[in-house]
Amino acid sequence: MKALLICEYREKTLLATSYELAAFAEKLGAEVAMILIGDDGALPRIDGKLYLAQAAQYGEYNPELHKRIVLQAVERENPDYLVFAHSSYGWDLAPRVAAALKVGQISEIVGIADGAFEVGICNAKLRRTVSPRGSRAVLTIQVGAFTPAGEATGSPLVEKIDLPETASALQFVGYEQAEKKAVDLTKAEIIVSAGRGVGKKDNVQVIAALAKALGGELGASRPVVDAGWVEHSHQVGTTGQTVSPKLYVACGISGAIQHLAGMKKSDFVVAINKDKDAPIGEVSDVLVVADVLQFVPVLTARLQ
Amino acid sequence: MKLLICIKQVPDMESRFKVGAGGSWYDETDLAWRMNEYDEYAVEQAVQLKEQLADAPELTVLSIGPDRVLEPVKKALAMGCDRGVHVQDAAAAHKDPWQIASIIAAYARDKGFDLILTGMQSQDRGSAQVGVLVAEQLGIPCSTTMVGFAYDNGTITAKRELEGGLKGVVKLTTPALLTCQLGLNVPRYPTLPNIMKAKKKEVAAIAVADLLKELELTGTASVYQPPKRGGGIVLEGDFAAMADRLLGILKEKTAVVR
Repeated sequence: MKALLICEYREKTLLATSYELAAFAEKLGAEVAMILIGDDGALPRIDGKLYLAQAAQYGEYNPELHKRIVLQAVERENPDYLVFAHSSYGWDLAPRVAAALKVGQISEIVGIADGAFEVGICNAKLRRTVSPRGSRAVLTIQVGAFTPAGEATGSPLVEKIDLPETASALQFVGYEQAEKKAVDLTKAEIIVSAGRGVGKKDNVQVIAALAKALGGELGASRPVVDAGWVEHSHQVGTTGQTVSPKLYVACGISGAIQHLAGMKKSDFVVAINKDKDAPIGEVSDVLVVADVLQFVPVLTARLQ
Repeated sequence: MKLLICIKQVPDMESRFKVGAGGSWYDETDLAWRMNEYDEYAVEQAVQLKEQLADAPELTVLSIGPDRVLEPVKKALAMGCDRGVHVQDAAAAHKDPWQIASIIAAYARDKGFDLILTGMQSQDRGSAQVGVLVAEQLGIPCSTTMVGFAYDNGTITAKRELEGGLKGVVKLTTPALLTCQLGLNVPRYPTLPNIMKAKKKEVAAIAVADLLKELELTGTASVYQPPKRGGGIVLEGDFAAMADRLLGILKEKTAVVR
């Protein structure tokens, strides 16, 4: 069995998700080949053949060209599985490759089960086991679900790969950096975060008051930031800040995987949620089953 | 200019989910349904483009599923779409992303849509595949995870949301397909006059058998409750008692609460 790992590269750097792909392949028991659209100075420390195309020539993001490069490697390696990270790069590129090969894709895998793959549905409240109908499949793995055992020490065998022409209907203009962080949550010892369960902008002050009473910082989940209730610099999660405080209090946050990825390394997690089955409960040391707007003021009053 | 907006109806994610009969999907009884949140941003962006271009674009909203999917179609019409398409399929939940994409592509193929918008993923299945697969099957350019959109005379400038707050800016020309990420815009609430007007808008019904020619490429073996991690303490009941208990635990277990 052979797995072709599609490594990730951005802003002239190999992304660490590349090692998660290798950890997944190891769990799968597959022989590994890799592909990287990157540069010679940022190779993954993983043993196996690596097809290298230059990002300077094909762009860091150009899924049309990257698709054609991956297809060339597929032709040479004939892999059983093509493995991507379920990331902004992977979920964008993987279906294009799957369509070109006309093979099934299984998205955001969290586990392996006897030739089939486990994925979450409905915000991870249920799990689903999926299998490809053909002998080959495109897979994307959930970031954080397959962690490498230790420091990587391998060295790839590099083979250059190129396209005969680079015409593309899509043009990458450039990156836009996140606005300067007004709040550095990564250094906070206590974070109290507001989620959609607070209901409206005016209620955020209830959560902010608890943060203040505990001597912590205010955090927020994505929907609260999207709604404009709290500034983006407070956002915890994949597209915000990744935090690891001594105490994390999630108020009215259901626990979407993107949020969990940003806070699950916290030392101690308290969740306050009226939904006892909310996924946040899975990573909580204490789950308080209550309406945040009723419970939080009681808690804050005790602290004052 | 013609736009197609593809929307899905999904359960409220706050619901308690049970495994359905047959064990290959969730039980659909006792669920509250709504428009997939990501698709609301697609509808809003289409309506904003129609406003920008002095009402010229024609907006068609399409949904696949049983009769209940007429609800989000009507909502999209009330938000400002011009006409609806209901692909009637009681078994839509059991089709894989390749088949769902093939149904949309078969509908769209000869209609000359300049722009197709959809959510980057559905809240229930979450495969993040259908939009890209539609573009590939139609052979048009596509970009995903859009949090910024600008249109000028056939050229689209889209901002993609990457990890850690970074964004990537791409340009592509129509015909094209874009998938929408949360936060792209602020979806409007339909006003009462627009809800009334929407009742007069046409919704065409098409049998799924007329559009589906593809077999599934992946299949669900089973759906089940995830194993509970356990270990966490669950507090329920009186607020004052819970607050005292919680503070006691925090003082004992963390060094930061005294």
